Amino acid sequence: MLMTYHLDITKEHCPMTFVKTKIELNKLQKGDILNVKVTEGEPLENVPKSAVEQGFNVLSVTETDTPGIYNIEIEK
Amino acid sequence: MNEKQTKKLSIIAFSGDFDKLTAVFTLATGAAAVGYEVNLFFTFWGLDAIKIKQGRSPVGKGFLPKVFGIMMGGLKTSPVSRLNFGGISPKIFRYLMRKNNVATLEELVEAAKQLGINFYACEMAMHVLGLQKSDFIPEVKDVLGVASFLNLSEGGQTLFI
Repeated sequence: MLMTYHLDITKEHCPMTFVKTKIELNKLQKGDILNVKVTEGEPLENVPKSAVEQGFNVLSVTETDTPGIYNIEIEK
Repeated sequence: MNEKQTKKLSIIAFSGDFDKLTAVFTLATGAAAVGYEVNLFFTFWGLDAIKIKQGRSPVGKGFLPKVFGIMMGGLKTSPVSRLNFGGISPKIFRYLMRKNNVATLEELVEAAKQLGINFYACEMAMHVLGLQKSDFIPEVKDVLGVASFLNLSEGGQTLFI
């Protein structure tokens, strides 16, 4: 069964933004989705980029109802 | 960076200072999280960071190593490189890091283990300080010398902290 996970790293700072994302990504099976909530700036620029570099698909990057907070949808 | 080049970061962790170890583990975990292979090579005072006994303890074989072991301690007793104030400063730093939601040194070390970062210990420094592989945390993969470290780090980036 395909799973959808959620992770909020808006309160985290470098390097835990990437570390927590990576630890969650490691749990995904093929087809599973991880939604990561991030702030704009470094996490918004680099979380999708490093996910793609590691072979994941970034399905969407959308701004949430809170300005400056984005949701990144990553699929394995 | 050329995409074909290996994404690899190797750090020689020489210092046992709290702030410098924080730099080591911040770089290491950040790099591992974005897909780098990371090698940490602990030598001299850096070996304090990977001792099983994180407090002051007579670890080591022989009288002088035991004295060093008690004086230096482990991860929990690592001093700040400047303005240590007899060990008060690391406590203040830990408080400030928690207050500002920045990962503490202990959290970074745990993250490094979870991310599968490679820990290595320096054979020569272990010999001088009377330390054995069994004195270190089980994540320490191997005990190495210069030649093996150069082989491991070849083709990537190397830092000395």
